[in-house]
Amino acid sequence: MLEHYLSLFIKSIFIENMALAFFLGMCTFLAVSKKVDTSIGLGIAVIFVQVITVPVNNLIYQNVLKEGALAWAGLEGVDLTFLGLITYIGVIAAIVQVLEMILDKYVPSLYNSLGIFLPLITVNCAILAGSLFMVERNYDFGESIVYGFGSGFGWALAIVALAGVREKMKYSNVPKGLRGLGITFITAGLMAMAFMLFSGIKL
Amino acid sequence: MANKYKEILIDPILKNNPITLQVLGICSALAVTTKMETAVVMALSVTLVTAFSSYFVSLIRNHIPSSVRILVEMTIIASLVIIADQLIKAYAYNISKQLSVYVGLIITNCIVMGRTEGYALKNPPVESFLDGIGNGMGYAVILLTVGFLRELLGAGKFFGITILPLTTDGGWYQANGLMLLAPSAFFLIAMFIWVLRTFYPEQVEEE
Repeated sequence: MLEHYLSLFIKSIFIENMALAFFLGMCTFLAVSKKVDTSIGLGIAVIFVQVITVPVNNLIYQNVLKEGALAWAGLEGVDLTFLGLITYIGVIAAIVQVLEMILDKYVPSLYNSLGIFLPLITVNCAILAGSLFMVERNYDFGESIVYGFGSGFGWALAIVALAGVREKMKYSNVPKGLRGLGITFITAGLMAMAFMLFSGIKL
Repeated sequence: MANKYKEILIDPILKNNPITLQVLGICSALAVTTKMETAVVMALSVTLVTAFSSYFVSLIRNHIPSSVRILVEMTIIASLVIIADQLIKAYAYNISKQLSVYVGLIITNCIVMGRTEGYALKNPPVESFLDGIGNGMGYAVILLTVGFLRELLGAGKFFGITILPLTTDGGWYQANGLMLLAPSAFFLIAMFIWVLRTFYPEQVEEE
C-alpha cells in the first residue's frame, strides 16, 4: 500500500509534472518566475492549496456529485457530474479565501510572504486541473492527498528551476525580439525536453 | 463609431495579442495544438466563452460589489464553460475525449478572466463583447498557426488528411517526431513571438 502511494507521489512529481508535461499553470509559471525568492513563495502556496483542495473536492465528488452517490439521501440514479466544474472552482475560490484569512490572523509572517500570491492561485489552472485529473482517474481519498501534494510539489520544483535559469540569463546577450517572454518560452521548452526523460519510467 | 468597434475587434489579433504580449492563456495553447481539429474546437469555445462572459459581466458591472467580483465572474464563466463542455460532449464526443480536462480549464484560462477583470468591468456590454471576440481571435490565430505547423510537420497531415506522404507509408516525407511532443509548442510560440516583435518593435521588452 505504501509502495503504491510512493509511486503515485513520484509519478505526479516527475513523470506527470503539471507544468512541464501538461503545461498547466503556465501563465503564472512564465510571469512570476523572474526571481528565485518569489517563485519559492508561490511554489509553497501552490503546494499548500493543492494539498487541501484536491482531497476536499475528492470528498465532494465521491459523496455528492458521482452517479448514484446520493443514494443515501434516497435519490438513486441522480448524476450531478455536470455540476462538477462550477463546484470545484467554487471550492477552490472559497478555500483560498479562507486560507488567506486564517494565515492573516494566525501566521502573519507566512501571510506576508505568501499573501500576494494567494489570490493569483484561484486562477492558476494547475490547481483546478489537479481536481479534474483526480476525478478523471477516479482516485480514492488517500490517493488524492498524495496526488495533491505530489502535483503541487512538481509544479513548485519546475517554477523554482525556471527562475534559477532566468536569473542567470540576465548576463547573456539575447536577440532583441526574443528578450523577455520569447527566450523564457525556449528555456521552458528545453526544460520540458529534459523532463521527458522521465516519461519512459514505469512505476 | 464604427471605426472604434473595428479597432476593439482587430487590435488584439496582432498588435495586442493575448498570448504573445499579455501572457494570458498559455496552458491550453500548448496542450491542445498537436492537431488542427482539437485546436479549432478549443479556439472556438474560448472565443465564445470570452465574448459572452465579458458581455454578461459588463451588463451587471454596476451592481457587483468589488469584494465579491471575482466570485461572481467565476460563476458566470464556469456556467458558460459547462454549457460549452456539454455541447462539445454532445456533438463531438471523440474530440471531447482528446481535449480531456482542457475544456474545463477554460474557466481558469487567464484570457477569459483577464478580459472580464481588465476590460468588461469598466466598459459597456457591446464593446466588451467585441473585445472578447477580438481577444478570442488573437488566441485562435496562435492556436491555429501552432496546430497547423505541428500537425503538418509532425504527422504530414492537415485535418487528418495526408498532405505530405510519410516514408513509413512509402512516401518521401520523414516525419519530425519532435513536433508531436510537448516541447515543440514552446519553440513554435517563441518563434511566433520573435517574428511578431520584429514587425512590431515597440513590443520588445527591455531588461
